Amino acid sequence: MPNTQQLEDLTTQVRRDILRMVHKVNSGHPGGSLGCAEFFVALYSEIMDRKDHFDMDGIGEDLFFLSNGHISPVYYSVLARTGYFSVDELNTFRLINSRLQGHPTTHEGLEGIRIASGSLGQGMSVALGAAEAKKLNGDNHLVYSLHGDGELQEGQNWEAIMYASAKNVDNLIATIDLNGKQIDGATDDVLPMGSIKAKFEAFGWTVIEIEEGNNIEAVLKGMAEANAETGKGKPVCVLLTTMMGNGIDFMMHTHAWHGKAPNDEQLAIGLAQNPETLGDY
Amino acid sequence: MKTYTYTEKKDTRSGFGAGLTELGRTNPNVVALCADLIGSLKMDQFIKENPERFFQIGIAEANMMGIAAGLTIGGKIPFTGTFANFSTGRVYDQIRQSIAYSGKNVKICASHAGLTLGEDGATHQILEDIGLMKMLPGMTVINTCDYNQTKAATIAIAEHNGPVYLRFGRPAVPIFTPEDQKFEIGKAIKLTEGTDVTIVATGHLVWEALEASKALYEQGISAEVINIHTIKPLDEKAILDSVSKTGCIVTAEEHNFLGGLGESVSRTLALHKPTPQEFVATNDTFGESGTPAQLMEKYGLNSASIVEKVQAAIKRK
Repeated sequence: MPNTQQLEDLTTQVRRDILRMVHKVNSGHPGGSLGCAEFFVALYSEIMDRKDHFDMDGIGEDLFFLSNGHISPVYYSVLARTGYFSVDELNTFRLINSRLQGHPTTHEGLEGIRIASGSLGQGMSVALGAAEAKKLNGDNHLVYSLHGDGELQEGQNWEAIMYASAKNVDNLIATIDLNGKQIDGATDDVLPMGSIKAKFEAFGWTVIEIEEGNNIEAVLKGMAEANAETGKGKPVCVLLTTMMGNGIDFMMHTHAWHGKAPNDEQLAIGLAQNPETLGDY
Repeated sequence: MKTYTYTEKKDTRSGFGAGLTELGRTNPNVVALCADLIGSLKMDQFIKENPERFFQIGIAEANMMGIAAGLTIGGKIPFTGTFANFSTGRVYDQIRQSIAYSGKNVKICASHAGLTLGEDGATHQILEDIGLMKMLPGMTVINTCDYNQTKAATIAIAEHNGPVYLRFGRPAVPIFTPEDQKFEIGKAIKLTEGTDVTIVATGHLVWEALEASKALYEQGISAEVINIHTIKPLDEKAILDSVSKTGCIVTAEEHNFLGGLGESVSRTLALHKPTPQEFVATNDTFGESGTPAQLMEKYGLNSASIVEKVQAAIKRK
């Protein structure tokens, strides 16, 4: 089991990967990716019980679904660095003939990906289906999913949220990335959603809050708490408070880096703030 | 001329229900989902026999398509059931991303397609669904013609690995295909041999095409009727072989001429053998309330319309 320093080193390296990937093709979504680096590292290094080899059905292991597919850079980096495919392949992000499409897809057979995402609001339904399949298969493993907070403006989520508690899907942990920002600005300015916690609770979910979503130990503790709440008849929601652009000072406290790549100078500054730990690809 | 008769009429949706019931008994991976239309989709018996393999989603079709996609991860073969309108237009993006692009083995089973839904009117009478579904890469599109064929198709698509759109309807229509038929996806069925015109029909229009061929025979016109149950992939060889002999073609479907079977046939002919073609289809319009027979007459989707179009096609040879 890796220690905290090893997880933080991996997180720093993931931040470098994210910056370098989006810089190279001058496109992509660094903001939300950086905000969720600790979550992905915790999930894939510690939290999930994963098999050595990838197969689509994932019977006998925990599964993860990314609903807000635009944060593909963090997903690809962590998948590569936890053994799903070669880290060298990160070089191909968003290039022609790549398996690392702008938004994740199963279409090119990239190991670790089980559903296409990008058009928002669909991932929770898919995670529910996978969770129901696990129940039918007598497979006691869990299904995890991640969603943006802005993404909750899509109505399909609320169909899924209603279904999950009505049908006692208690092997699902849906995490909401509460960074309070979306493309056009603060979620509270674009379409205020009120208390997301109160809404999930009103829909019959158990809610776990991780207030320091960019603190790896806090994420580990909160996700362990969430795991302990599974199997009790209710779906589990984790409200993960994160900082968009975390770890790169000029990308924090703004929504400006949701979908914008750094230039050469900005890349250099960002990389200097995150020294190489495990080796660049 | 080979003629077809029937002793019983039944709705094609009941053929789906019977096929699903059989799958419930023979294939443990088959699961079913419904968005509050169990009775309309005739799913009752499957649910009675396999309650643990049925998912009542409620009136939430987008969620149903996503859950179906997720169920395939774990080896299930999900069959979703709702009206054709709510199976396609309402959930196009969910099907596109979570099912088609993701390559998921979901069977989208759609009842009450087209004008024959009847009195509920245009909100429910989708005439664009074949087009929507055939445009999705990797999607198989099937439109069956009677109870027996629908039952056979339902059973067959469980063995096909990939997304399928299976379209059927509400009214009772003649049963004229064999009870013990083997359904081959993508394989057209030649119902009558003819030399003057080819009529390719799908769904409820297949019986109308047979009726038309009898009337044409009285007029001395020999029509070759082909049942195209699979619109995608299209059996191009069957069509080309037939028009090589007849020299003109009429396509017949309960769908808009834009995006339907007729356009798929036109493409095949344009690429390989330009041939005069006439279309029996709705003319870029919505439907309205009425009885199925009234609607099919008003919108030109019955045997009389096929006869007229055949005469027009023959003149263009």
